Amino acid sequence: MLDTQPEGYVTADGRKIGGVLMEMKNITLRFGGVVAIKDISFDIREGEIRAIIGPNGAGKSSMLNVISGFYHPQEGEVWYKGERRPRMRPYEVARQGIARTFQNIALFEGMSVLDNIMTGRLNHMSAGFFKQALWWGPAAKEEAENREKVEKIIDFLEIQHIRKTPVRRLPYGLKKRVELARALSAEPSILLLDEPMAGMNVEEKEDMSRFILDVNDEFGSTIVLIEHDMGVVMDLSDRVVVMDYGKKIGDGSPGEVRNNEEVIKAYLGVSHD
Amino acid sequence: MIYREAGDFKTTYAADNQTFPIKGDRFAYYVVLAFALGVMPFIITDYWANAIVIPFLIYTIAALGLNILIGYCGQLSLGTGGFMAVGAYSSFKLMTSFPELSIVFVVILAGLCTAAVGVAFGLPSLRIKGFYLAVATLAAQFFLIWLFTRTGWFFNYSPTGMITAPTRTVFGYPVTGPRASAVSMYLFCLAFLIAVAWLARNLTRGTLGRKWMAIRDMDIAAEIIGVNPLTAKLSAFAVSSFFVGIAGALLFTVYLGAAEAGEAFGIDKSFLVLFMVIIGGLGSILGSFLGAFFLIVGPVLLKLLLVDNLRWPSDVAAHLEIMIIGALIIIFLVLEPHGLTALWRTIKEKLRLWPFPH
Repeated sequence: MLDTQPEGYVTADGRKIGGVLMEMKNITLRFGGVVAIKDISFDIREGEIRAIIGPNGAGKSSMLNVISGFYHPQEGEVWYKGERRPRMRPYEVARQGIARTFQNIALFEGMSVLDNIMTGRLNHMSAGFFKQALWWGPAAKEEAENREKVEKIIDFLEIQHIRKTPVRRLPYGLKKRVELARALSAEPSILLLDEPMAGMNVEEKEDMSRFILDVNDEFGSTIVLIEHDMGVVMDLSDRVVVMDYGKKIGDGSPGEVRNNEEVIKAYLGVSHD
Repeated sequence: MIYREAGDFKTTYAADNQTFPIKGDRFAYYVVLAFALGVMPFIITDYWANAIVIPFLIYTIAALGLNILIGYCGQLSLGTGGFMAVGAYSSFKLMTSFPELSIVFVVILAGLCTAAVGVAFGLPSLRIKGFYLAVATLAAQFFLIWLFTRTGWFFNYSPTGMITAPTRTVFGYPVTGPRASAVSMYLFCLAFLIAVAWLARNLTRGTLGRKWMAIRDMDIAAEIIGVNPLTAKLSAFAVSSFFVGIAGALLFTVYLGAAEAGEAFGIDKSFLVLFMVIIGGLGSILGSFLGAFFLIVGPVLLKLLLVDNLRWPSDVAAHLEIMIIGALIIIFLVLEPHGLTALWRTIKEKLRLWPFPH
């Protein structure tokens, strides 16, 4: 098992995976009488692509919401960078370097693509109220500096041509890409992607997969990913957590998960090798 | 043909980020500014100042304030009249308590008082939104007016319940009170409008503005990205009320001279400013100007047309005026729900391609 290598390892394609960045310990989340997540533990290592899969209603998105601080589990602990994370509001979690995209695109429709992505850099901008009001030295300088960083991401994701377009005019596939750009511009240490390929056609899925791999490769971002497309998950991820009815039924490399009896029974159905 | 960005290359992000990226716009802006500062003071008459220009300047400030709250931050407010009253009454108290204090500081301090009150009444926005917040701010409107008409301390126990602005000067020229000339009042209000518009533009173009718009467009996503909803919403309430308070202070000290809370700052003022913002365009600085222009100048122009040119009886004209303005509002909103700014934007897009649209 991978857990026996505390200091990290090197993948087959030569990427270095570091130690444990975040660890979920015995998380239980209830909504009234409904148990959405039941006693789940897993860890996320630095630099890896970690997938969470499972059938509808398995609790994957709830898990992501726990990580991003939107839900607070009744039991269990979240450990981040070696420290136990206290109960936090989502914006405090964001400041710690966790960014995410949403299953149903949550862009700011009234703003331009550029403004949306600039919003992602909020936590890197510190000019005070009065400096902004007067647009004096530091505020204007900071804006230009951050714009430069944002432009790099715009280049990277190939969305230069829509830079100034209001988001509400964009087609679905591009919106997904802008959302990734917004999350990326925060330079997160953990990037959470909630079904980045939902509703896309094959070509768009290929593009998005390439972007995810490139992000991981170039920025060294740790990525946690929820996805339904099995082929994509198995190809992209280093390790996979499998959930069903709020329980963890499998955890390991794609190969291990694919051959796990319980996973096959619950999710993949009859083996189709 | 002439109006387009082609050939107008930007080499820095700061240049790309400026307020008027297109040369034609920049030019028009400087022309308007030069006209307002260089020509208007020499041609302005008492009638034009009192009927159109000064109310237009003052209501534009109020509309800018409300636009920040509703248009940029998405927090619906019906308390504008009440907040204007706070500006008016605090300027009155400041003028009478500190006669030495310059009127410029009086107006700014009145704005700050209003900002504090605005933040207090903005607290419910942390829990409620939309129409429910509108109702909560409506309560602010009624409460504030009740407070100012019932509590003698606010109007210095004057027997009529009115507040009257004493004469105050700037550089030796009276800008308030009966001796103030049209030119000095005009320049005084214009200076405030330019400052407020400039501040509003700066605040909405940077980080704070993006935080507000993020809250407006999707508050949950905004919070997950790292916007603290508490500071974002309350700062919008503070800035908005600051501007509205300045407008209220100017309306009372410069324009009205004497006022009574219920009459001068009633619920109809809240709606008037709200209509300006909606008709002008939510989330647009230019929209605040256009909306105020439409609702202040429109009725006056109609009156000129009906009474002076067509010789209609003035009472018939007054009623028709309301009906026509109402109809125009409806027509505009049906044709262009996003207000005059959107109309202007469409025209600009057409203009860029003109005369070869293919």
